[in-house]
Amino acid sequence: MSSKLTRANRAGWLMAFPGVALMTVFIIVPFFLAFAFSLTNQRLASPYATEYVGLKNYTDLLGLAVFTLEPERDDRGAIRRDEAGEIEYPRLRKFTRNNPDYPHLQGKREWFSWQSGDRRTVVLASDVVFMRALVNTLTFVLVVAPVQAGLALGLALLINQKLRGINVFRTIYFMPVVVSIVVVSLLWQFIYSPGDGLLNNVLGWLSFGTFRGVDWLGNPDTALPSIMAMSIWQGVGFHMVIWLAGLQNISPTLYEAGEIEGASKWQTFRFITWPGLRNTAVLILIVITMQAFALFAQIDVMTNGGPLDSTQVLVFQAVERGYGKQDISGGSTISVILFVIVLTISLIQRFLTRER
Amino acid sequence: MNKLCNATALALIACAGIAHGETELRLWYHGAGSANAEEKLVNQLVVDFNASQSDYKVVLETFPQLAYNDAVGAAALAGELPDILDVDGPIMPNWAWAGYMQPLGIDEAALEGFLPGAIGRWNGKVYSVGLWDAAVAMTARRSVLEANDIRIPTLAEPWTRVEFDAALATLKATGDYDYPLDLGMAWKGEWYPYAFSPFLQSFGGDIVDRAAYQTAEETLNGDAAIAFGEWWQDLFAKGLVPGTSQDAADRETGFLEGKYALSWNGNWAAMPVVERFGDDALFLPAPDFGNGSVIGGASWQFGISASSAHPDGAREFIEFAIQPKYLAAFSDGTGLIPPTVEAAAETANYKAGGALEVFYGLSEAQAKLRPVTPGYIVQAKVFEKALADIANGADVADTLDAAVDEINEDIQSNQGYGHN
Repeated sequence: MSSKLTRANRAGWLMAFPGVALMTVFIIVPFFLAFAFSLTNQRLASPYATEYVGLKNYTDLLGLAVFTLEPERDDRGAIRRDEAGEIEYPRLRKFTRNNPDYPHLQGKREWFSWQSGDRRTVVLASDVVFMRALVNTLTFVLVVAPVQAGLALGLALLINQKLRGINVFRTIYFMPVVVSIVVVSLLWQFIYSPGDGLLNNVLGWLSFGTFRGVDWLGNPDTALPSIMAMSIWQGVGFHMVIWLAGLQNISPTLYEAGEIEGASKWQTFRFITWPGLRNTAVLILIVITMQAFALFAQIDVMTNGGPLDSTQVLVFQAVERGYGKQDISGGSTISVILFVIVLTISLIQRFLTRER
Repeated sequence: MNKLCNATALALIACAGIAHGETELRLWYHGAGSANAEEKLVNQLVVDFNASQSDYKVVLETFPQLAYNDAVGAAALAGELPDILDVDGPIMPNWAWAGYMQPLGIDEAALEGFLPGAIGRWNGKVYSVGLWDAAVAMTARRSVLEANDIRIPTLAEPWTRVEFDAALATLKATGDYDYPLDLGMAWKGEWYPYAFSPFLQSFGGDIVDRAAYQTAEETLNGDAAIAFGEWWQDLFAKGLVPGTSQDAADRETGFLEGKYALSWNGNWAAMPVVERFGDDALFLPAPDFGNGSVIGGASWQFGISASSAHPDGAREFIEFAIQPKYLAAFSDGTGLIPPTVEAAAETANYKAGGALEVFYGLSEAQAKLRPVTPGYIVQAKVFEKALADIANGADVADTLDAAVDEINEDIQSNQGYGHN
């Protein structure tokens, strides 16, 4: 009954075996375990037996509700305003905490809100931290993937020249990649240190002292961009090397032909280099996207998700819940959701970049 | 493969046992690579015990502190726990509840006179005992306080909230310091509940209602807790303390360098202060925010694993370890607080007139254990995040509500954590 695939390729299967076995044990089995755990109340340590809970973990994470707040009115029905003239609303906790009239709001928290006329519309989430982690992760990917890929291509073009000592530059650009991300995170923590940190000092010196020190990692507005910048710096060298490999695969005869035809630098890039890098580009885009979704170490070392959840991301939350809070089922649920997101995006990317 | 190794290891242990007529006991310890003499002292303790009798032979394995709890969790799942465990006081109820540990079974008379923070009880039984305790104090300089006309508080008469707030304002107004007070926000993790939940308790709140440990409602989001939260937020809003992004290096040396006028710090950091400032150094009790002044208690302790085949031997070792001479030796080597008066009298720093004597008094008079419940592991994390968020400007009531919800959900999903 053995098919041609198994019979003709015995040596091939034998050689694939170590890799396949390791991937099965450490990637495929854990994935199915995570999916199974996400339907239970599995704990890291507990004397009680695990129970099947259906989709509870998913509804706990993804539950949303919209609620409209009417302004507070005084006895004559006029809208109350505070000293600054802003309309006063009742506190949300009146509705979300133990209020039998609003059972669907129980335990939910404000995610974001907007004002229309006198009313304020609030979007509530069962798990605001998860929602913020989701948004931050997507933001991180949307910024990091194109910027890192673009910078890496720029660097690859720069070092793809026959100059004396070019290897020195190649080494320098590649160096951050071989340093452990934990070490890089610790070093950048000193760079971003508030007050008289390295970055603040340099900026102050460049601006002749007019620059006021920024608390890079302590300010919700700058924390995530700071982590993006250092992540790009750390990862760019790796993708530069892949671009470089792609560049060196392009036949020099094409460039010579272009030169004879009198192509400008831009035309050479647009019509020779870029089409030649097509497959490399697809690979790089998918790899960076997946790596960006897996953001964890920088957050764990530098901010722990703070300040005010501005750097919460999905993988950090999965680990924090699974191990920190001993809630394996909650952490597994986040992992499964992350898997679905990454799979969807990869499929879309494959579709958009397919050979036509 | 693993089974094979285990079989080999077992055979070796069996051979060793036959050769020497001794039963091997495994001891796990968290202090690998510790900066002070801790590791050396544990080694000495094991050597002394092995030499003192011929029935048991203790074999020590040390782990880096950061990896220790994970290693125990993994070993428990694999059924590979050692006989004697070292456990952080507030974590002990979780391990006891999860079935990692068994009651100590030591005669309680042997623990008479121990500081309350050095004894770990769960559901009415003693599970662990510590060779030391730790304490936190408001580190200050006499000259600074006197120059600014700030009363020097005592154990009997600590600063009131009004006095403390006024002292911070006065110190800030001098302009001599980056910040008047350093709370140690750079130390993430257990430091937050250990060092800051006593402030909440002094306000009249707590992390969880200790009557039955089944809810945090009203305890962590009641009026007292909200008053605490608003006071806490004000510290950061008014620039009285460095925020959550504090540089770890500043935490270590900021007070010594004069960047901060006061520092809320543990006794393990006290020796450098004494060396730097001598008699000028002061270690003051926590301010009283209305319900007495409180500090956190309990440090690392020894217990017996549930799966130990030789609990008698493990017990014998722990009884050997809590002799005054070892308690004193650990204190001298690490700067930690000896758990009994007898042992304190033998130490260099905690005997009458010693440089750190004041900490023994603090620990004895004010130490309050962190919530004694298996859910503490989760509650500590929730509390840490709530305090960090409030420090960064989140709405106090909403943040505490969210913390209460998370704690209550966790208690429910663990069926009440087996309190009886």
